[in-house]
Amino acid sequence: MKLNRKWINEEFVDLSHISDKEYVETMTVFGQKVETYESMSAEIRNVVVGKVLSMVPHPNSDHMFICQVEVGKEEPVQIVTGAQNVHEGDLVPAALHNSWLPGGVHITKGKLRGEKSNGMLCSFEELGLTQNDLPGVFADGIWILNDEDCKPGDDINLVIGNDDTVVDFEITNNRPDCYSIMGLARESAAAFHLPMRHHEPVVKGSDAGSIFEKLDVEVPAEEPCHRYTARMVANVKVGPSPKWLRQRLRANGVRPINNIVDITNYVMLEYGQPMHAFDYRYVSSGTIVVRQSVEGEAITTLDGTLRNLKPGMLVIADGEKPIGLAGIMGGENSEITETTTTVVFESANFDGTSIRQTALSLGLRTEASGKFEKNLDPMMTVPAVQRACELVELLQCGDVLDGTIDVLNYVPEEKTLPLEVDAINKLLGTKISREDMVNYLNLLEIPVEGDTIYVPSWRPDLNLMADIAEEVGRSFGYNEIPTTEFKNSTQGGYPPQMLLEAQAGQLCRSLGYSEIITYSFVSPAVFDQIRLPGDNPLRNALKIQNPLGEDTSIMRTVALPSMLEILSRNNACHNKSAKLYELAKVYLPQEGQTLPMEPKMLVLGTYGAQESFFTLKGELEAILAGLRVKKATYTAVQDHPAFHPGRCARVSVEGVDLGYLGQLHPLAARNYGLDMEVYCCELNFTALFDLRKEAPTYVPLPKYPSVTRDLALVCDEAITVAQMEQVMTKAAGKLLRDIRLFDIYRGKGVEDGKKSLAFSLTLRADDRTLTDADSEGVVKKVLEALETQLGATLR
Amino acid sequence: MKQQLEQIRLNGLRALDEAQSLAALEELRVKLLGKKGELTAVLKTMGKLSPEERPVMGQLANSVRADMEQKLEQRKAQLDAAALEAKLAAEAIDVTIPGEPVTLGHQHPMNQVLQEIKDIFVGLGYQVVDGPEVELAQYNFTKLNIEEGHPSRDRSDTFYFTDDDSLLLRTQTSPMQIRAMENTKPPICILAPGRVYRKDEADATHSPMFHQIEGLVVDEGITMGDLKGALVSLMKRIYGEDAVMRFRPHHFPFTEPSCEMDMQCHKCHGTGEVDGQVCSTCHGEGWIELLGAGMVHPKVLEGCGIDPSKYSGFAFGMGLERMAMGRMRINDLRLIFDNDVRFLNQF
Repeated sequence: MKLNRKWINEEFVDLSHISDKEYVETMTVFGQKVETYESMSAEIRNVVVGKVLSMVPHPNSDHMFICQVEVGKEEPVQIVTGAQNVHEGDLVPAALHNSWLPGGVHITKGKLRGEKSNGMLCSFEELGLTQNDLPGVFADGIWILNDEDCKPGDDINLVIGNDDTVVDFEITNNRPDCYSIMGLARESAAAFHLPMRHHEPVVKGSDAGSIFEKLDVEVPAEEPCHRYTARMVANVKVGPSPKWLRQRLRANGVRPINNIVDITNYVMLEYGQPMHAFDYRYVSSGTIVVRQSVEGEAITTLDGTLRNLKPGMLVIADGEKPIGLAGIMGGENSEITETTTTVVFESANFDGTSIRQTALSLGLRTEASGKFEKNLDPMMTVPAVQRACELVELLQCGDVLDGTIDVLNYVPEEKTLPLEVDAINKLLGTKISREDMVNYLNLLEIPVEGDTIYVPSWRPDLNLMADIAEEVGRSFGYNEIPTTEFKNSTQGGYPPQMLLEAQAGQLCRSLGYSEIITYSFVSPAVFDQIRLPGDNPLRNALKIQNPLGEDTSIMRTVALPSMLEILSRNNACHNKSAKLYELAKVYLPQEGQTLPMEPKMLVLGTYGAQESFFTLKGELEAILAGLRVKKATYTAVQDHPAFHPGRCARVSVEGVDLGYLGQLHPLAARNYGLDMEVYCCELNFTALFDLRKEAPTYVPLPKYPSVTRDLALVCDEAITVAQMEQVMTKAAGKLLRDIRLFDIYRGKGVEDGKKSLAFSLTLRADDRTLTDADSEGVVKKVLEALETQLGATLR
Repeated sequence: MKQQLEQIRLNGLRALDEAQSLAALEELRVKLLGKKGELTAVLKTMGKLSPEERPVMGQLANSVRADMEQKLEQRKAQLDAAALEAKLAAEAIDVTIPGEPVTLGHQHPMNQVLQEIKDIFVGLGYQVVDGPEVELAQYNFTKLNIEEGHPSRDRSDTFYFTDDDSLLLRTQTSPMQIRAMENTKPPICILAPGRVYRKDEADATHSPMFHQIEGLVVDEGITMGDLKGALVSLMKRIYGEDAVMRFRPHHFPFTEPSCEMDMQCHKCHGTGEVDGQVCSTCHGEGWIELLGAGMVHPKVLEGCGIDPSKYSGFAFGMGLERMAMGRMRINDLRLIFDNDVRFLNQF
């Protein structure tokens, strides 16, 4: 909400002695936050009123003149102009040497065809004005100031009315009253502890007849229109508004149009009550009906756009057709024009939600709809329409008809609250006296009688003690409330799951993985990209009904695609390698439950020269060991569509499948533009939490030495290391403490279709030193078992 | 004989002194002190001496032996030291050659800041909690005193899953407040960080998904002065003891009174100008908005079954991205979710 300080100073409370900076800071800490503020004169500098003393034709030009211009200094200055509308004795805007015009135009002295020119005479356009600001001024050529109240040397900003500061406030949703000059004036007065001047509009009236003979207004009670107030003006003389009114509008960023329209805009700014003026000639059958649009209706709005209405939008209609979109914009068919003679002023109160939805649906947000959205004070319609009529009389642009039509579709309630001094102090932590509290409230124009607070109709936000506490607190000053430290009786900490996450993150980073953060919503195309078949249950994802786009339209049920997208992006940025992890939530719809499950996945993803299935597997094993997860088993999986059929393992612990690890299927990799080997893994981290070992207890260190036996074994290619280990473990018995594979060999000395696996067996007894016979016995049993069960022989 | 012994001593000590290797030294030891060595040879003639001379010569022989043994040890130590020195010299390396590379991963900058903040709050007695991101409108709006028809409920602002707008992606971390108050009796002191979602196109300062950190304290007799105290001490921990704060009234449906907290701009110290130019950090305002806060609205307490006439509390919420970007001078929000390794490796 923009506010020009001069308006407040002149009409409501004189704060002209307060600097802009102080005003802005005081208002901000009082609760009306200033977004920006700007002196209107900042754009135009060193431009003054000049009087043309003499004009002689330029010797080297057939159209230019050399002027001597009095600019309030001892000596006149010489300025060359090409304008043809200037005469000796005229007052004109003169931009002096080193002056600035709107748009950053810098004027300096120079020579024009050999003659010195120490500045420039200006048109009103060059000063940032339009014909709307200066009706009746000759548009072509220099702006002649002879009719203005000014003298040579005066700053042109004073003539334009730029001697003002525009302050832009961020108004909070709960204060619709502050979307008005009057509301902000009230806040300003209270912030500076000064009383505010009030003006009750007075309409003299005329003998032009009564509104009741000419107009009928129907507002069915069920429509979202709380109040509809109308007055009429006859014998209207449409023309430009006076300068003071135009300047106030302009300072607020509103373009002056004509006196009638300007009056509605002026009242909207001043009271915060949007108004509309209809040309009575086009209000068919003299009837105004507030109703919902019906199928097939359309209206051309004041901006010249034809708008097809959906049924149920609130319109202002006459006997036949819509003549305005309620609370948003009037219709072109009833617009005020130069030939308008009779005007209907509408000052209504509409339901905020209804207006917002229609505005949103039509993509047409206006100043008026923006105000109505906040739910305005229904008590404001009458004073506003009175003010408009008062202005008509002040501007002498018409005769106000007798009577006011006022359809009231709601019951105004007087709202009172008790003044709870102790409760307020207890909530704020202050010791403010009752007297001060009453004084603060009165400054905000909230009357208090005895222990009763009479809440004004424009303050719908005041409903309970805490609301009053806020008014008292901000008047006292939030920054004056003593800062205290409460005694905290609770113990801080993290949930165990979160601690485990932190630990997992540390492990990943120690292994060279960097953390990524990705969006929780993805494209439905990701399932195809990782080649999940159409019937895969993971495709059952929560779908956002109003997504930003297809790419972010479903909640991920699998976190791998997010990782792949990041790997892909890094590859596209020519990063030679990437080693990334994420602890990523997935969102799994649950049959019969409203809320989905949101487990966290641990996702690892790598590409680059050093990477292989076994580096990733080794790292995963280290992470699981670091998290004290029980022994994991890795089972070959050939049919996971996202993974290389020969390089994928299912990871499970105690029969619980945690996820997969492997090389990304080349076809999936291709879908992400990755033309190298990509290794990745996605494990259910939440499930892993319950699969950890008990807290460790001490096991006595071995008293007797261990013996190591190395065995190189030849077996069929098809036999896996896991199979070999299993057989050996079973055959070796309790003396076996560890088996470790240390070499795989194929080639010379080993026949085709076979491989040599070298294992190191560690044997130990707890109660004695093992003898050669002991270890030979174990080795013999192991070799026999391998031969009979797997056909493996000692090499 | 005496002369002989003295000669052995003299020659022996000289020879030992001149020995240049441990091997030469060993040779000398055998020659001088061994069973077939010079000293032994002389001692073998002891029997020929008179009983009076014997002890005198014996003593002398012992001292010769002792002298030579001592010299031997001394020379051996010298040679050992020299040998070690030579070995070490030969083993010298260029220590400026880089070490074998070990790559450490990096924590995402935003989670670094989050971790720091969580740790501070845990130290202050806050329990960190988590909650659902797919949330009921009831928790995200209604129980937070955000009525039907409120603009933040619009489909242009909030992502919905159902036609009746009952299931959504939470737009704030505040529903975790409600869940905490419904599940726990006061005193409550929680910190609830997490992802939130709003329908904003991604650009340098917006993202449809971002992170908030929410705090809630409910107990008997909690005042607005307590809220100020808690937030000021927190911010001083994060931004340093010199940080200057101010509080301004604001509006949130679920707190009353409500406020926002600003920190005086550390670059321009509140003047809004640096070297005659508008300060680029605070855009000339002199203050940087840090967070929103307030006393928990009585209706919200009541809705969670907490008696507002007995208990009061405060809540606050801040944006993690803004904080991380400010701390780490990250100028574009998109960098955070792009996860380029060249970006991640900087932190």
